[in-house]
Amino acid sequence: MTGRGMDPHKKPYGRLFWSVLTLSACTFGGGFVILPLMRKKFVQDLGWIDEQEMLDLTAIAQSSPGAIAVNAAILVGYRVAGLPGAALTALGAVLPPLVILSVISLFYQAFRANPLIAALLGGMVVGVAAVIADVTVTLIRGILEHRRLLPVLVLIAAFAAVRFFQVNLLLVILLCGCIGAADTLYRGRKGAGA
Amino acid sequence: MIFWQLFLSFVQIGLFSIGGGYAAMPLIQHQVVDVHPWLTMGQFADVIAIAEMTPGPIAINSATFVGIQVGGLPGALVATLGCVAPAFVIVLTLAWVYYRCRGLTLVQGVLDGLRPAVVAMIASAGLTLLLQAFYGQRELPADWTALDWKAVLLFAAGFFLLRKWKVNPLWILAGSGVLSVLFFLLPFP
Repeated sequence: MTGRGMDPHKKPYGRLFWSVLTLSACTFGGGFVILPLMRKKFVQDLGWIDEQEMLDLTAIAQSSPGAIAVNAAILVGYRVAGLPGAALTALGAVLPPLVILSVISLFYQAFRANPLIAALLGGMVVGVAAVIADVTVTLIRGILEHRRLLPVLVLIAAFAAVRFFQVNLLLVILLCGCIGAADTLYRGRKGAGA
Repeated sequence: MIFWQLFLSFVQIGLFSIGGGYAAMPLIQHQVVDVHPWLTMGQFADVIAIAEMTPGPIAINSATFVGIQVGGLPGALVATLGCVAPAFVIVLTLAWVYYRCRGLTLVQGVLDGLRPAVVAMIASAGLTLLLQAFYGQRELPADWTALDWKAVLLFAAGFFLLRKWKVNPLWILAGSGVLSVLFFLLPFP
């Protein structure tokens, strides 16, 4: 895995860290926005990772728990410079939000008492509610598109469990993960037998 | 031991927020509002709004914010570390499996099974946030008509713009923030 512009004996820790740091500091809108930018940076600009491998890394980042942007950064760091690289890129991905939110958090108590700031934040919460409503509608349509009964049943049951019966979220996640695994195994066997 | 509790809470958030984006939101709310009395629902709604307006994932932003409120800068570091640690281990393990076996059928199956559950949780958390925006509290009040009508108007306009023209969410947040300030300044009936 020697890309262009990369000496195989000297790992580019500095540029790796800096690239992830700047991407993380300037990217609004979460994982799905940062992934294409990462591809542009590491596949097209730096040539450290090839196109297909980046697609694979993206799939792993999305399959793992945690923030997709951080997961992708860890994978890129690992691929380019091993475990130290992964630690470095994780730091680079986390540092900008850590610094920005620390500053905001320190002023939050004082700011929140100001009625103008309170109105601004209140309005922004309404905006977030609209954004999440939009995302939820899109996600539910995505599930309905499969035209399978099981996911719809899981959706309804999970909503009822969380909303009306205050079932522990971790329990719901574990249970639905098991249902997914069983369903995959069952369908795999049925597919193989046919 | 507050730091240990912070760490454990955000390990759970990091470990179980699967599916990216808003998947972490219900878990964060559960940990920092329901299980621990670290934030009120109103403060939590503020954090989500702030997290949307600043770069970085919601989980990391929330970890930093909650950490600072609960235990200062060390609290923020501990919470953020807790949030990232599970991902670090799991991502690298999955990468290893992936390069060995070329394919993650069962992992994909588990994820497919999880997706509707994650959507259900996002829907539920979104509903709580909506009630917070409309009523200033997380549960439906006895008199459900006691709405903040300006908030309902802003919500409807924002939702329409997002669905119809797929406007960048940042504009919706900025717009509803500014309009809310205008509503406050101008003497509307």
